[in-house]
Amino acid sequence: MITKRIIPCLDVKDGRVVKGVNFLGLADVSSPVKLAEFYSSCGADELVFYDITASAEGRKLFTDILTEVASKVFIPLTVGGGINTVDDFDRVLKCGADKVSVNSGAIRNPELVREAAHKYGDQCVVLSADVKRVDGEFRVFAKGGREDTGMEAISWIKRCVGMGAGEIVVNSIDTDGVKQGFDLEMLEAVCNAVNVPVIASGGAGCIDDFTKLFKALPKVDAGLAASIFHFGEVEIKDLKQELRNNDIIVRL
Amino acid sequence: MIAIIDYGVGNLFSLKSSFNAIGADITVTDNEETIRSADKIILPGVGAFSDAIAKLRATGLDKVLIDEAQKGKPVMGICLGMQMLFEKSFEYGEYDGLGLLKGNVVGMQGVLPEDLKIPHIGWNALHFKQNDCPLFKYIKENDCVYFVHSYFAEDCDESVAATTEYGKELTAAVAYKNIYGCQFHPEKSGEVGLNILRAFCETEAE
Repeated sequence: MITKRIIPCLDVKDGRVVKGVNFLGLADVSSPVKLAEFYSSCGADELVFYDITASAEGRKLFTDILTEVASKVFIPLTVGGGINTVDDFDRVLKCGADKVSVNSGAIRNPELVREAAHKYGDQCVVLSADVKRVDGEFRVFAKGGREDTGMEAISWIKRCVGMGAGEIVVNSIDTDGVKQGFDLEMLEAVCNAVNVPVIASGGAGCIDDFTKLFKALPKVDAGLAASIFHFGEVEIKDLKQELRNNDIIVRL
Repeated sequence: MIAIIDYGVGNLFSLKSSFNAIGADITVTDNEETIRSADKIILPGVGAFSDAIAKLRATGLDKVLIDEAQKGKPVMGICLGMQMLFEKSFEYGEYDGLGLLKGNVVGMQGVLPEDLKIPHIGWNALHFKQNDCPLFKYIKENDCVYFVHSYFAEDCDESVAATTEYGKELTAAVAYKNIYGCQFHPEKSGEVGLNILRAFCETEAE
């Protein structure tokens, strides 16, 4: 059967990985290329790159780096950040990305999901949703989680799947950074609403959090995290071995 | 030299990069002479069957590929490229393929258990049907490779080299004489994928 995926996420600004990264034996810890090679060799199933650059020069740098990563790392690559038009899809797909993640761009213009899915296929379009509990409902937030859109999250996600989003990254703002585990309640609500792969994001603090995630919610396809991998708090090799010890199917 | 046929479908960047990574002499081309002079041919493909086969035929390279394959030159189709090697596809209609392999391409919808998501996306294990298949020289049973597809080849007992389990046994790799194919993406399947490409580079003409 299909394996559960473990996905490290790298934020890239002006061509460098941000958030302090601290790896023994890795000379250049903020090089996206070096980190991507390292994660791939450790058994990461996929990599996500978020371009958090604001300037046009930085954007060019990002695509140059993406090209270099894609010429050296042979696992699926998802790219997000600053994706507002079909041309943006084109720009990163040409550099070797396999999937493109949309968030604020889809909130501003939901037709972007439909147009991109029509042009590149559903499997290429990933909807990333930042979700937070407000007044007893799940609410979608825009602009990196700073702005409440007022939209109910489950209906927003269903609408995007209906337009062709082939995969959903659910990032719980409520659990993000807390390191007390994934937001199982929120993830379950999403899994029950859609029949495309769901990637859990936000809240992982230790290996056990991933085991709990896949045990509690067999419909979740992947777990995504950033800092716990970057800081070496969780080693991907150990994580996957532990998942296998718990009868969760992974690629070793 | 290995020729990757460029007929205007999809992005060949990763495929080209993966062959470069294993040190293969590779050319991405739509030139008939280059394809005829190559030792081996790769037929890539993504997207819809009808669109891809129409584009290939519009270039006239379908005839070149069939001709070279019949002369015994190793040919490998990847993903939709593999599907195109078969007789027919039933993706949104009924379309003739290249007919280099016996079998048809059919949809997963209605065939798989309902709780399974379509497309079949992700890493899944290979189960060998031909243990001595040249493509598997450097990999082993149960190695995982990366799939993205909603259609699969069936009625292809003659060529099926490996399957993968997703609600049912799906054709994952094919090999018949000098004709090879991978439903998965070797260029996105890490070291296992590169080892399959390595093995293909070492196959010999019939």
